Amino acid sequence: MSDVSYRELSLNGLWKNNPAIVQLLGLCPLLAVTGTVVNAIGLAAATTLVLVCSNTSVSIIRNIVSDAIRLPAFVMIIASAVTCIELLMQAFAYELYEILGIFLPLITTNCVILGRADGFASRNGVVPAAYDGLIMGAGFGLVLVLLGALRELLGTGALFANMDLLFGSDAAHWKITLVNDYPNFLLAILPPGAFIFTGLIIAGKNLIDANIKRRRDALKARPVKGSKRVRVTGHIS
Amino acid sequence: MALLRVTSPHAHGPASTPRVMQKVLLATVPGIIALTHFFGFGILVNLVWACIVALACEALALALRRRPIGFYLRDCSALVTATLLAVALPPYSPWWLIAVGVACAILLAKHLYGGLGYNPFNPAMAGYVILLISFPVQMTAWAPPRGLGQLPGFMEALQACFWPPGYDGVTMATPLDLMKQNTGLLMTDLYAQTPQFGRWAGLGWEWVNIAFLAGGAWLLYQRIFTWHAPLAMLASLTLFAAIFYDGGSSASGGSPLFHLLSGATMFGAFFIVTDPVTSAVSVRGRLVYGAMIGALVYIIRVRGNYPDAVAFAVLIMNFAAPFIDNYTRPRTYGHKAGG
Repeated sequence: MSDVSYRELSLNGLWKNNPAIVQLLGLCPLLAVTGTVVNAIGLAAATTLVLVCSNTSVSIIRNIVSDAIRLPAFVMIIASAVTCIELLMQAFAYELYEILGIFLPLITTNCVILGRADGFASRNGVVPAAYDGLIMGAGFGLVLVLLGALRELLGTGALFANMDLLFGSDAAHWKITLVNDYPNFLLAILPPGAFIFTGLIIAGKNLIDANIKRRRDALKARPVKGSKRVRVTGHIS
Repeated sequence: MALLRVTSPHAHGPASTPRVMQKVLLATVPGIIALTHFFGFGILVNLVWACIVALACEALALALRRRPIGFYLRDCSALVTATLLAVALPPYSPWWLIAVGVACAILLAKHLYGGLGYNPFNPAMAGYVILLISFPVQMTAWAPPRGLGQLPGFMEALQACFWPPGYDGVTMATPLDLMKQNTGLLMTDLYAQTPQFGRWAGLGWEWVNIAFLAGGAWLLYQRIFTWHAPLAMLASLTLFAAIFYDGGSSASGGSPLFHLLSGATMFGAFFIVTDPVTSAVSVRGRLVYGAMIGALVYIIRVRGNYPDAVAFAVLIMNFAAPFIDNYTRPRTYGHKAGG
């Protein structure tokens, strides 16, 4: 397909068809590891890398692999990409690798990745496929980071704790404590908090969409300018 | 003389929502008096502050949902939620604890689901459980009852709520905690050695429970609810406690009387289990619903890690209430059962 609009792709990945809050795919890592910002960034980066790699590879081989065995082939590609990311994290961010634990290998089963591979990359050229992977990853990652920030802020009263796990020892003092003596609101960090805040984010998105739609409809329904004359007979006193 | 002519039927329905809610509020008065007598003014401070926060949250939610504020505020349902939550919280709790609990109860558990009549979970118990899993330290700090320690005065109670750093309180394990931690003592020895147990089930607690029982009995007499759910809950709790009483050995879970008159048993049975919105609706369904809550209360009390079990048991069974209703549909006249 040559008529891929990058603007459309970006809008879809980031907002209209956001994998996390519209398609509701990949909820398992979304709910499980977004307790802090650093976890969220780690997982978002890993997922995005996997998405770009797998979308590119799938797009390259799309004309060679037959339809019947395409899914196993895609899963093999995704699994090898995930293994690479896992080894990279093990080498460069070992503590974060330990914290993310099982959720790194589980990126393989993340429906966002297989969905994009089958739904987009297997029908489009290499460059649009890679771009789609990047944007979908970014859309997923943004929700992850937003959720992580909300939960960390409400749960511990601070933001950006333990950033040195990902960005080296310089980042150790990035932590911002907003409230001193904050009694930890454990609900926000525990799984129920993840569900509640995901729901609130989805509600927020729907509210914004509804407002946009209402404004657009109001513009459309603007009355026609100029007055219409009513034909009258006889005299009007 | 103006004679108003009205056609039949001439019966009138006195059970409007505000009327029912006001009666429930009135029925909590004996329990609140007993709690205040044994645990001091902290309960009253909880209550007043919770009511203020509840009305504010309710008004906010109604304004956001564009509903008539005055009409829904006057039905007192927010006050009932606040009262039920306030008496369940430990006295001398800090203001933010109560505010978070009430806000979660009204905003999350009630209005997010569509407001009064649409909430699948009891708002007061949902608020309580949110607080219990979020702030376990503050939520398990019960003051010692009258007779075991100096009760704080009214000013101290205000200070404990609104200026927590300046308050230096005393807390003590509740009888339910002591029972759970007991590993080596026979029941008779445990009661003899620990003054917290009082005469039957816990100093202060037994009278608090009896007071809530009295309030509940009045509501039953007023036909605000039917006897099925509360009685089933108390019966199954008694049954379980009797089976596992173990002759009062050190491995005993406590006598039936202990379980009936300690913690939130009577409060739960008559004010929480009877919630018409979140419980099962058919007669057989209510029996099942109550009995399951009683069983869960016993199991969680004896085997669980939390101080009391009523809130958890009620929330779990709130999940199950539609399911129970589905299987206990009453036979309609002229149809075969199950039709």
